[in-house]
Amino acid sequence: MSDDERGLGFMLVVVAGGLIFGFGLAVSNMARPEVVLDFLQFDDFGLVFVMGGAAVVTGTVFALAEAFGDRAPLTGRDYGRRLKSFDKNVVVGGVVFGAGWGISGICPGAAYASLGVGNYPILIAIGGMFVGAYLQGLWRARRADSAATGTAAD
Amino acid sequence: MSGLTPLLVDGLFPNGIEHYALGGLLIGLGTAVIYLGTGVIAGASTFLESTLSYVSDLPRFNKAKYVASRDWRVVFTLSIVAGAALYTVLFGDGWWVSDVQPWRFAVGGVLVGVGTRIGKGCTSGHGVCGVGSRSRTSLVNVATFMLVAIGVAQLLSALGVSP
Repeated sequence: MSDDERGLGFMLVVVAGGLIFGFGLAVSNMARPEVVLDFLQFDDFGLVFVMGGAAVVTGTVFALAEAFGDRAPLTGRDYGRRLKSFDKNVVVGGVVFGAGWGISGICPGAAYASLGVGNYPILIAIGGMFVGAYLQGLWRARRADSAATGTAAD
Repeated sequence: MSGLTPLLVDGLFPNGIEHYALGGLLIGLGTAVIYLGTGVIAGASTFLESTLSYVSDLPRFNKAKYVASRDWRVVFTLSIVAGAALYTVLFGDGWWVSDVQPWRFAVGGVLVGVGTRIGKGCTSGHGVCGVGSRSRTSLVNVATFMLVAIGVAQLLSALGVSP
């Protein structure tokens, strides 16, 4: 990786995109965990329009850029889609994430926006997310180590 | 107004749909601006791992792609906070604080942190960008976390946990 992710133009575009993204999360009320919990409890299905509306925009823009675009002006990267490989972790991670989302009504992007609307208790959730990400990384590292020494001992 | 349609709409969407749809379009637009300018598809949860690389030596957090992107991911996250604050100041009805019990944020937050990192994404990475990419991996992840979240939230509600 190079400095193309640190230039001024790159940062300005990230700021513009982040502002619009956060603004949208506040407009849609997804920054309020109560509204997400209302969806999960079938009291208000508005979230479908949030996720659907956002995916329609990204889907259209990704497809058009891939078909007609050349390279991104600020990095020279090819326009592609977000295609991650499938394995059982995609399901396991979905189960754990879903349990956390169902308990708290909050996900990472909405948590950052929640701070912006004044909801300071959300810092507990953001702190928890860092702890969770750290524990997962630690566990992966330990498992990789024990697998390596296990193989060596055999 | 007569017939079943308005009744159904009121029942499913007691707060209307306009601000949900408008907010969703803006969320997609924010992602699209970054994508068109840089070619990067930015999800919100990679920030957690890339930011840990500032303070942890674990190789897991110090992959080249995290170290290279950690600065702008901090900028992205702060901009999300600022964008939501901007809306609240310009068009909102004052600062807002949740009544959801703190233990739900603590326990839920940890599980969200673990889950996004195992599952390679979150509601924005898989839910918005992955679904927009018609990625089968993302569709499976989203269907899984939706079903589990609905089950867990309904269970807590049935047990009398509110809010």
